[in-house]
Amino acid sequence: MKKKFDKTAKSNAITYGMVIAFWVIIQIMIYTDNISSLMKGLLVPVCAYAILAVSLNLTVGILGELSLGHAGFMCVGAFASAFFTICMKDVIPVAGVRFTLALLIGAASAAVFGVLIGIPVLRLRGDYLAIVTLAFGEIIKNFMNILFIGRDSQGLHFSTKDSVALGLEPDGVVLLKGPQGITGTSKDSTFTIGIILLLITLFIVLRLIQSRDGRAIKAIRDNRIAAESIGINITKYKLMAFAISAGLAGIGGVLYAHNLSTLTATSKNFGYNMSIMILVFVVLGGIGNIRGSVIAAAVLTVLPELLRSLSDYRMLIYAIVLIVMMLFNWSPAALEFRERYSLKRLLHKNKAKEAA
Amino acid sequence: MALLEVKNLGISFGGLRAVNGFDISIEKGQLYGLIGPNGAGKTTVFNLLTGVYKPDTGSVVLDGQDITGKKTIDISKAGIARTFQNIRLFKDMSVLDNVKAGLHNSHTYPVLSGIFHLPSYHKVEKEMDERAMELLHVFELDSEAGTLAANLPYGKQRKLEIARAMATNPKLLLLDEPAAGMNPNETQALMDMIRFVRDHFDMTILLIEHDMKLVSGICEALSVLNFGEILAQGRTSDVLNNPQVITAYLGE
Amino acid sequence: MSFLSYLINGISLGSVYAIIALGYTMVYGIAKMLNFAHGDVIMIGAYVVFTAITSMALPVIPAILLAVVACTALGVLIERVAYRPLRNAASPLAVLITAIGVSYLLQNIALLVFGANTKSFPSVVGIKPLSLGGGALTVSGETIVTILACIVIMIGLTLFINKTKAGQAMLAVSEDKGAAQLMGINVNGTIALTFAIGSALAAIAGVLLCSAYPSLTPYTGSMPGIKAFVAAVFGGIGSIPGAMIGGILLGVIEIFGKAYISSQMADAIVFGVLIIVLLVKPTGLLGKKIQEKV
Repeated sequence: MKKKFDKTAKSNAITYGMVIAFWVIIQIMIYTDNISSLMKGLLVPVCAYAILAVSLNLTVGILGELSLGHAGFMCVGAFASAFFTICMKDVIPVAGVRFTLALLIGAASAAVFGVLIGIPVLRLRGDYLAIVTLAFGEIIKNFMNILFIGRDSQGLHFSTKDSVALGLEPDGVVLLKGPQGITGTSKDSTFTIGIILLLITLFIVLRLIQSRDGRAIKAIRDNRIAAESIGINITKYKLMAFAISAGLAGIGGVLYAHNLSTLTATSKNFGYNMSIMILVFVVLGGIGNIRGSVIAAAVLTVLPELLRSLSDYRMLIYAIVLIVMMLFNWSPAALEFRERYSLKRLLHKNKAKEAA
Repeated sequence: MALLEVKNLGISFGGLRAVNGFDISIEKGQLYGLIGPNGAGKTTVFNLLTGVYKPDTGSVVLDGQDITGKKTIDISKAGIARTFQNIRLFKDMSVLDNVKAGLHNSHTYPVLSGIFHLPSYHKVEKEMDERAMELLHVFELDSEAGTLAANLPYGKQRKLEIARAMATNPKLLLLDEPAAGMNPNETQALMDMIRFVRDHFDMTILLIEHDMKLVSGICEALSVLNFGEILAQGRTSDVLNNPQVITAYLGE
Repeated sequence: MSFLSYLINGISLGSVYAIIALGYTMVYGIAKMLNFAHGDVIMIGAYVVFTAITSMALPVIPAILLAVVACTALGVLIERVAYRPLRNAASPLAVLITAIGVSYLLQNIALLVFGANTKSFPSVVGIKPLSLGGGALTVSGETIVTILACIVIMIGLTLFINKTKAGQAMLAVSEDKGAAQLMGINVNGTIALTFAIGSALAAIAGVLLCSAYPSLTPYTGSMPGIKAFVAAVFGGIGSIPGAMIGGILLGVIEIFGKAYISSQMADAIVFGVLIIVLLVKPTGLLGKKIQEKV
């Protein structure tokens, strides 16, 4: 028992250590000027994607449900926090305080959406969650493209038509401009902040998994009927896991939004493609394997940028990776094959032979 | 006052009356058997008692508390625990964690305590570990605490399921064909263990079984179910000598 | 009269949804899986017709037949390669994620082969618009063909399932795979046949969809596919008349939503319907409750 505790603690420490080591290496590269501007531009997105992958793994790997709208929660977090930042730019001049508040607002609003979607859908079969989250992601993205918000002395004005329909006073400002999004958010995100947020996300997820509540969530994943029979509240824990996952995706969104001077909702950054990309990170890193998600997110973000020539085939390769990984890891026939020819087993056999 | 008092329990699926007019009364500490041919409705009775299905008719009273038609989770809290005919373990969790999941409602701390490892986390987790190891020791699974449940051999999986049920600290334990798929030696060991659980925990046990040897060996009283209705009920030796029961089992 | 014309447009769009929804509902009923790639098979079917007519200069009917054959083969291939190996996987997520992978793969293959720019789909319907009420209401040829096709497919499929041996085998497999196998039914073959029929219907839906909305991109199939799934859930997943009713109702709701509420939020309205259905009657209008065996 003591041994088991040490094992998980050690595994967690490796995960945190890996992230910190990555930070140190990048810092050294920056100081010695050994880093291309392309890589530099990727540093904050890598952290954001890793946060998204870890949080999606909480839903897919630990809760055992499939969400295809993770980019939607990211979108909610991004827009809520960017809107807050642009409103408070003059009121709260201290960037640290403002960003912290924006972070909380982004996470909370994404979590609220998680609960709103989770309540009707989590009671049902997993496929419904997949389709509803997918729809949610698309709707949120489209809604952001038609939403206009302006402010004048009368307060906030909303419209889903255009900025003229806001009916602002002459000195009013349009804060959110539909397809043009939010402009002029201060770029508060840095690589160091990204790493800190990634560590916080990992901390929350890893600690949650190993707590009483995490056991309940995993029990539901492994066998819902048995979990119910020992008195675990299915709805409560499904909702809890899903809301935390959404909230953490919101944090990823905050980080992402504050790395841009103009935030717009396009199908590239908050659409279905993004949700699938995050799912690819999770599947490639191993469903339920938190550390794997971080590694997969980092490698799959940096690698295609380095191999620019492949960029046309990037999405195609992702699709094939997804299918092949699933077949290799989950098909009973493949599992049997792997069991028979596993390296461990072959080594063991040889040892047994030597002993004999 | 009996621990479990069931009167006129019944349910229909579509046009089929799966269980009808089911009465049973189990005293505290009793080891009670529910037998009957395949498809007689035995597991359906378990599902009715544990709230998986809601009964159309009748009442279930556990230790003076009416639990008729309540939700599974409330029935678990009221004190009924069960195992399943087709084993339902938390396969990707360790043996220890399976039992600790059973301690979910008796050992609690807030979510934030779990994330920030506040004192209540350490205290309660330690208590859970101790209690779970005690139970694993009883079921001779303590050496397997770190193993994944899916990797346990069949017989030990059955035992782990009982250990997990016992972790909820039930008043009544329902065992659904605990000896299914076991060889005679394993069945014998299981009989001893069930008897030990009853004596050690002062537990009341209702079990479904096909193995007549097991039933006649450990059950003090029996109910025989046939086509959803009770065919005979009473002391084990009387029931097993009942001509109607013999006919139902062996045919004409 | 605009109300009537919206209604007819709605029924027409709904008929396309219904034909797509049949594919979802049959596959769901039998393989108990959500075939995410179904919508993309529609898109492939439309591209085949497009290529056949514009590059190969085939007449309309052979072009459609070619698309039906291609989609049927594609559907069977997908089932064999990607889904069948995972039929008994430990996690139900496995096949679902694979299906998403297949959907994504089809989209990206189409992107590489046909490019991202929108293709203008040629009209395949030669029927002249029908003018009613002295020109106050015009019903396009595409609408007439779509609604007729939907009715014919519905009747044909119902007859096929109730009157033929293969149809009965499908029902048996959807009830209980194990028992069907013991009865000597070729379960793998039956599931493959279901995918074949669903994909053939997808090809027809693709042609009808692109005739009514003649812009074709690699993503043409995904949104109608998802909406058709909503239609299948609405009508009760696994139920063939349910898919029909759900499809038509959804099409009408969408067109009315676009006309009377907001054209940008029409999709949101459609998914709102899904959420309400799931809350109020998760089994859909005609679906039956499936109790998990304990």
